[in-house]
Amino acid sequence: MTDLLYTDVEEHLRSSVRDLISKRSTSAEALKRAETDEPYDPALWQALAGLGVAGLAIDEPLGGAGASWREVAVVAEELGRSVAPTPFLGSAVVATAAAQAAGDTDLLARMASGEIIVTLAASLAGTPHAAGAAGLALTGTTLTGSVTNVIDAITADVLLVPVRDGDAVSLVAVAAADTHRSDVASLDLTRPVSDLAFDNAPVTIVAEGDAAQRAITNAWLVGSAILASEQLGLAQQCLDMTVDYVKSRYQFGRPIGSFQALKHRLADVWVSVTHARAVARYAVACVTDGDADATVSVSLAQAYCSPMAVTAAEECVQLHGGIGFTWEHPAHLYLKRAKADSLLFGTAATHRARLGGLVGLPPQ
Amino acid sequence: MTAMGEDDLLARVRDLIAVFDPTADPLHFLRARFDAGLAWVHFPVGLGGLDLPRTMQSVVDSELGAAGVPDNNPRRIGIGLGMAAPTILTHGTDEQRRRWLRALWTGDEVWCQLFSEPGAGSDLAALGTRAVRDGDGWVVNGQKVWTSMAHEARWGILVTRTDPDVPKHQGMTYFALDMTSPGVEVRPLRQITGEAEFNEVFLTDVHVPDSDRLGDVGNGWRVAQTTLMNERVAIGGGTAPREAGVISAVAAAWRDRPELRSASKHDELMRLWVHAEAMRLMTMRLRQQLAAGVPGPEGSAAKLAFAHLNQEVSGFELELLGAEGLRYDTWSTGSWTTERPVVVDFLGRSAGYRYLRAKGNSIEGGTSEILHNIVAERVLGLPGDIRVDKDVPWKDLPR
Repeated sequence: MTDLLYTDVEEHLRSSVRDLISKRSTSAEALKRAETDEPYDPALWQALAGLGVAGLAIDEPLGGAGASWREVAVVAEELGRSVAPTPFLGSAVVATAAAQAAGDTDLLARMASGEIIVTLAASLAGTPHAAGAAGLALTGTTLTGSVTNVIDAITADVLLVPVRDGDAVSLVAVAAADTHRSDVASLDLTRPVSDLAFDNAPVTIVAEGDAAQRAITNAWLVGSAILASEQLGLAQQCLDMTVDYVKSRYQFGRPIGSFQALKHRLADVWVSVTHARAVARYAVACVTDGDADATVSVSLAQAYCSPMAVTAAEECVQLHGGIGFTWEHPAHLYLKRAKADSLLFGTAATHRARLGGLVGLPPQ
Repeated sequence: MTAMGEDDLLARVRDLIAVFDPTADPLHFLRARFDAGLAWVHFPVGLGGLDLPRTMQSVVDSELGAAGVPDNNPRRIGIGLGMAAPTILTHGTDEQRRRWLRALWTGDEVWCQLFSEPGAGSDLAALGTRAVRDGDGWVVNGQKVWTSMAHEARWGILVTRTDPDVPKHQGMTYFALDMTSPGVEVRPLRQITGEAEFNEVFLTDVHVPDSDRLGDVGNGWRVAQTTLMNERVAIGGGTAPREAGVISAVAAAWRDRPELRSASKHDELMRLWVHAEAMRLMTMRLRQQLAAGVPGPEGSAAKLAFAHLNQEVSGFELELLGAEGLRYDTWSTGSWTTERPVVVDFLGRSAGYRYLRAKGNSIEGGTSEILHNIVAERVLGLPGDIRVDKDVPWKDLPR
């Protein structure tokens, strides 16, 4: 039976990461950074890399920690809890999954050592079959064109770019130094997106044809599974913050958390977080084991966890009342992350439609 | 005795099977099983058990299941097994345990639960059925409601008010009631589905001997807590397969009848499918936690989610069926005629039945509103409601 619990090793990893984040990254600091040229905290990422987080899923012979996606998911929960601005999802999850499927051991070794941060230069809000479909042209070993709405590009040293020419697809690596990057005002302040332009940029071919498509598809599969755990951690933190607040906020001479109108809403959030934990654990377990149910499990996880996290963040804002609507309070960082997350790797509706096909419940 | 190993237990089960006579009344075999300590192995020796861990019951059950011997039809006697038995074991005297547990377990005597009253639902502790001392016994007057199986029961577990002058939680006393006593009147309670799973029980000058009292006078609330705590303990062994439960009926209709499909219904179908699957995995995780010895509070989430999902899915099923949803066919008569089902079977009935019966899921066994309070207060640690009735004598409460 698929193990849906956390192992001792996973719990140990969780407490190390939580401990480190609590010392180094507060939401107030993330907020302060958000409107600067350096929204990501390089010192935090270096400290996390010191725990092995940068190369957690990379094999030990390549310098990684040799852990499974289950452990990566636990780190994602903790980073979701703190909305810490790090390139974890882009580099340690999505780009790592792509490079692993493509067998690019050189790239993986450099990521594991913390030497480089890599991101997949495609809009993750699209489908894996649309990645690289428009605006890019590969001529020999040079790339020209543009890609919009790329996460984690700000800190990336290397960009893994999917490029499509008709039915032919390639995955190429471009150095950040050979890329024109414009950072845009992003909905998610703690995971901003950038637009990228290439002008005869020199590339290294990572994979071509079916191998390239497999790499891109794997990035989406693993990314969807791990994102569900980030959404779980985010929702749990929204719930915890709100519970603390309604216990300490007094109106009408009593803590507002003693009013059933609020208690019942928080109980509902707890119920859905409880479901989400089982669903998210199932997805990472299936992806880790290469289970035949993996594609079902990740679409299930995204169909459930995306709206769950958005609701938890929305309830967090509402039940905080006026303070929850301010820029000063971190609730908006969680709301922005939750809503942006719900667009990555396909919306819940996209996954519901896909699930229908996977489980024999066709739309027509 | 020293703890029995699995081999010794299996040998004991095989000895029992060896004496099974398929031509005799099944009750003979069930009594022999009880007397061999193989009824519920975690119960004490002499009371149908062997003082073994509860987990070893599966050894007995699978061996007996494979042998094809009769069982005690646990769904028919669920209230006795799940609620009366643990209460009798915890609070009964040795004599009471010996007198009741054997016939309870074999199904020879069915038990029912006489707790809820018209004026005491969610606020069970406000109950007002009076028991007054009368020589060597008690005289009971009052009305109970929502009593499953009362019409077949020989015994009922009964909570009464014995002291109206103290606050409500203090003045209660718990009894076993002989349902054949003069003054006990059972009337079917017709419900939203047209049938009567439940009863109203009217108690008029019913004499109850003091030897049928469970626990001390005035201690009835604590005894009732044992009963209620056991109400939701029993979660079955295996994990249900994907698409079990009411979602299976909708999925089957979708697969078999393409003419019902539309784009908007597909999205709603899949939203419900996702929730059903999420609930299945949550229950699976809860079982894994229990098996690992770290029980979580997820049981409350399961009850809330089950009720909500059943209602949503069965409501959607009627919309999916369209005009056909206008017909309500009951299980045997094709009408709304009153029936007396022994167990609730969602899947063997019509979509209309499922829709209506599911309405009870958020009311029976603790309303969803009370469960929300329990989650908020016991799991999330939110402050309790302001209790206006805590220190008021029961007789002075507004009603």
